[in-house]
Amino acid sequence: MTEHGIPIWFFIGALLLVYGVLIFGAGLYGLFHPPQVALANLHVGIWWGALLVVIGLGYVRAFRPRR
Amino acid sequence: MTIGLLLGDTATRLLALGPLDLVIVVLYFATVIGIGVYLKRYARTGEDFFMAGRQMTAWVAGLSFISANLSSLETMGWSAMAYQYGMLGAHAYLIGAIPAILFLAVVMMPFYYISRTHSVPGYLQLRYGEGARSVAGISFTFLTVMVSGASMFAMAKILNLLLGWDIHLSIWVSSVTVAVYVTLGGLLSAVFNEVLQFFLIWLGTLLVPILGLIHAGGWDAMMKAVKRNAPIVHPTVQNADFTSLWRNLGSFDTNPMGIDWFGMVFGLGLAVSFGYWCTDFLQVQRVIVAKDLRSAQNGTLIGAALKMCVPIIVTLPGLLGLAVLYAADGSPLVLVPESDPRARITHYTFNDVLPLLMGQYLGPGLLGLGVTAMIAGFMSGMAGNVTAFATVWTYDVYKPLFRGNADDRHYLAMGRWCSVVGVLVSIAAAYSLLWFSNILDFLQVLVFFFIVPLFGTVILGMLWKRATPAGGFWGFVTAILVSIGMWAYVHTFPEGYRPPPKATLGADAVVRVEREAGRIRAVTVEKGTVETVNVAADGAGETTVSGRPLVLPASVPGKDGDLPVQVLAPAVALAETGAVSKFGVEGVPLVLEPGVTLRSAVVSARFAPAAFNPDHTETIARSRKAKPMAVNMYSGWWSLVVCVLVTVGVSLFTKPKPDAELRNLVYGLTPRPDEGPCPWYEKPAFWATVVAVVLVAVNVVFW
Repeated sequence: MTEHGIPIWFFIGALLLVYGVLIFGAGLYGLFHPPQVALANLHVGIWWGALLVVIGLGYVRAFRPRR
Repeated sequence: MTIGLLLGDTATRLLALGPLDLVIVVLYFATVIGIGVYLKRYARTGEDFFMAGRQMTAWVAGLSFISANLSSLETMGWSAMAYQYGMLGAHAYLIGAIPAILFLAVVMMPFYYISRTHSVPGYLQLRYGEGARSVAGISFTFLTVMVSGASMFAMAKILNLLLGWDIHLSIWVSSVTVAVYVTLGGLLSAVFNEVLQFFLIWLGTLLVPILGLIHAGGWDAMMKAVKRNAPIVHPTVQNADFTSLWRNLGSFDTNPMGIDWFGMVFGLGLAVSFGYWCTDFLQVQRVIVAKDLRSAQNGTLIGAALKMCVPIIVTLPGLLGLAVLYAADGSPLVLVPESDPRARITHYTFNDVLPLLMGQYLGPGLLGLGVTAMIAGFMSGMAGNVTAFATVWTYDVYKPLFRGNADDRHYLAMGRWCSVVGVLVSIAAAYSLLWFSNILDFLQVLVFFFIVPLFGTVILGMLWKRATPAGGFWGFVTAILVSIGMWAYVHTFPEGYRPPPKATLGADAVVRVEREAGRIRAVTVEKGTVETVNVAADGAGETTVSGRPLVLPASVPGKDGDLPVQVLAPAVALAETGAVSKFGVEGVPLVLEPGVTLRSAVVSARFAPAAFNPDHTETIARSRKAKPMAVNMYSGWWSLVVCVLVTVGVSLFTKPKPDAELRNLVYGLTPRPDEGPCPWYEKPAFWATVVAVVLVAVNVVFW
């Protein structure tokens, strides 16, 4: 975002990547211990966590500081 | 799947976070403080601190522009609006935003950008002089810290209600975090966090409409359910159409807002919308700091395109609230306004619709992400207000009125101190709201009535070079006074306002409840205390029932027909089992056995800020059925009309500024800078046309 320093996109990517890993892990755990929510059979945590990981990785790779 | 959502069936805490959810929340706090510490090195001058060095790209400016408006009050509030008003709630993101944002990008941005002003009040000073700037600067700083405090208070209250978190802890942790990162990094830090918040809000909330639509069986099935359930949930607007954008605006009776097309187009679409998007400095500051004019314009247009998508995470959950939320008995879940006596006792409120859906669909981790999105929204809203406050105070109040010739380091230090003071004053405002919580309901309305006159004054200044300093000043001040006058007028009751009749059973009450087909038909109080308001015909006082049982009526006569008496039991003992229970019901007889203490009160007020006088509402909003939102829109329209008439009238009789003093400030005297050639896909006019075409298409599709 500025002409110098680490772009904002890197911070966003890093946070989403960590969130994605945590939520994906919780989704896997939910396969064996389903959460008490509606539509638990869709295992939303797994694919939403994976989506966050993909977005996060994309931003981290594209905007890592050494570039 | 139905879930037990009546308050009486569950614990009062609406959402329960697990350890993983808490880790996600804590990671967010650590990240924003880390960003603040990192950005301190880039805030070395006043221009860096207040204007983020004027180096923003179009994408960052656009995301920040839209995020500054996408606070949690916004997402929760407009979900509640959609639950209350149906599809009409989406107008806030369509005609209530897009034309104004396009106008800002194409017409107004060149003036803001070329004049190199630090703020909107700064533009008023250049165009009209110190009088208009001082009124705008002082009003803006006061309202900004009040809104910041209101945001903080709302966050603490909501986190307390949803999660059971301590109110004081919520206020101080969030305030200290905001103070740290704003004081260190200034506007750059606030903008960083707004961009981060944009991602969190979308990724934390988008699952709710996706899963809701799957649950409802698709769009058509959801709309059918809305049509089926709306008359049950909103019985006072039985004939209203909740599923249209324009088809239901032919008359005041056919829509749940009690408004017609004129109020929607000229009240929301012109006055309120243009006031908010074109002259609210918190918004404008986000884009005038872009690195060049083309980036400022394209950033604004990116904001417009993203704004049109917001109904997906705001309006859609509100509609889903009507379609997929069911009580344990299988009936549609009825939510009530915050002002309803049953709110938080026996019923959840409109504002709870988004958290209810989150609780219904989001499991471990995802719920933490959703709650983090809410907290991020609150905190960036607070940071936005604090940075805007620091800028306007330093440049538009402190510099012209107290010390105009200090060096840049002095103003940078003032900006940092202002950020701390702004947060402290916000905390004070938040605590004042703890004791005077009803102020919160009116604060946003007062902001509305300040920015609409501001828009009238600024736009006449930009487009009409004959507008004089005296005309601008008096038009602005008169319109503010008229706005406040209209607000007071609709809440005034010359014959006295009597709150709806209700009877509240004390905690010492022992009751017998008679049910028929699962519904309460009568309530008998065997022991304890009952307090009534406007129920007893024979006035106020305390008595003990003796001799025969006393039967309180199921309804009492009102001005427009019989009013059902609400019976509220926040915590009573059931005679049959001794178990503690709570319930709420209206329109059933209440029998008091001998020995029960009855405290009666008759309340009547000539001014009631929470109620609208239908006679006066009709004068302002052309209908006795106008709901609060409709009154706000019409008030905004009249305020703009008054501002324009007074400014023009006074200008015609006073001396205008010479042309030489109006260069770069007024249309016709402001040459557009040549920023060189650019490909077609970077031209603001092209993207403005695309956004306008999509806006028309969306309105036609959901007509």
